[in-house]
Amino acid sequence: MYAQLVKSEGSKTREEMTPQEIAFQERIDRGERIEPKEWMPEGYRKTLIRQMGQHAHSEIVGQLPEGNWITRAPTLDRKAILLAKVQDEAGHGLYLYSAAETLGISRDELLEQLHNGKMKYSSIFNYPTLTWADIGAVGWLVDGAAIMNQVPLQRTSYGPYARAMVRICKEESFHQRQGYDIMMKMASGTAEQKAMAQDALNRFWYPALMMFGPSDKDSVHSAQSMAWKIKINTNDELRQKFVDQTVPQAKYLGLTVPDENLKWNEEKGGHDFSEPDWNEFFAVIAGNGPCNEERLGARVKAWDDGAWFRDGLMAHAEKAATRRHAAE
Amino acid sequence: MSKNEWPLWEIFIRGQHGLNHRHVGSLHAPDAEMAICNARDVYTRRNEGVSIWVVRSNDITASSPSEKGPLFEPANSKVYRHPTFFDIPEEVGHM
Repeated sequence: MYAQLVKSEGSKTREEMTPQEIAFQERIDRGERIEPKEWMPEGYRKTLIRQMGQHAHSEIVGQLPEGNWITRAPTLDRKAILLAKVQDEAGHGLYLYSAAETLGISRDELLEQLHNGKMKYSSIFNYPTLTWADIGAVGWLVDGAAIMNQVPLQRTSYGPYARAMVRICKEESFHQRQGYDIMMKMASGTAEQKAMAQDALNRFWYPALMMFGPSDKDSVHSAQSMAWKIKINTNDELRQKFVDQTVPQAKYLGLTVPDENLKWNEEKGGHDFSEPDWNEFFAVIAGNGPCNEERLGARVKAWDDGAWFRDGLMAHAEKAATRRHAAE
Repeated sequence: MSKNEWPLWEIFIRGQHGLNHRHVGSLHAPDAEMAICNARDVYTRRNEGVSIWVVRSNDITASSPSEKGPLFEPANSKVYRHPTFFDIPEEVGHM
């Protein structure tokens, strides 16, 4: 999802757990929230930092493919809406960074690990946004997939993470609707506009399915994370739910999901569909997607170019504080 | 990495209905004035507030989780602090 392939620490059997670890697991099983200064296993803390950090980085890097179209939006209304949407993503990144900081890591440290490649962001943002219809597809599919994952995370065991998710989910639904609104406009426009909408769906469908991470049978980190309730549903459960929700929406638009194996399966009460190309997924995660270099390069440049500004404001604040002390 | 990381501020917002300021989260800013500007952008993009308080996270003293017992358990046994502890006959009417 926004956090894919998060390596989970721990995985102890009950016999291997210390009494403190057992008491901790029991709190989670009872549905209690864990709060910042309370005792927690080191593995829980580390796994959460990794997951929340990756989630936050995804929000921040996710601004880039959409930011690309702010100056090219077709109308002033669309421009203002897209600007507000991208601003929300910045906000979501900040909520998550500050929630992660309660675990004893600073935002600058998290950013450093993004910039040096130690931490990842979602694979989806390594694909280009080539046309205006892509902005529709991103809101509809990418934010739609994100919501699917984030709604259950409002019940996650770590208090600050759960509370950040509540704020994010409230705002996320605007994102998906604005995307679908663009798709409706394009799909009901000229033949050329409709073709652009279809092309955007063709290119974003499988990358959107990849957002949920590898198939459950290959997902080695799920069990521990689910026991800790920092992951609520399995990758395949969420992917299935996403497909079932999205197919009728595509139909309404008069667009075709690019999967010839897609069909309703009465028995399971859901759609059968093709898996995305997992080799492509692992290649993108490893840094070989179409835009990895450009995205990370843009983040590092923004950070480096902003150094004088951050330092300048800090110097001003220190000088003002000294002056206040002198006056007292 | 910059050694000069902006300090962390805790943000409190008063919603629109005459309620208390409520803690909504935290953010980084070089000084109090910028913390308010940033809080406006991060926490009130949809009219969530009419007033903002900011305070340096370092200036907050919190009770520790291990003090939970000594601090809060004494109240458990004092059920008479709740009005429902007292049975008032129905004839008396609303009280």
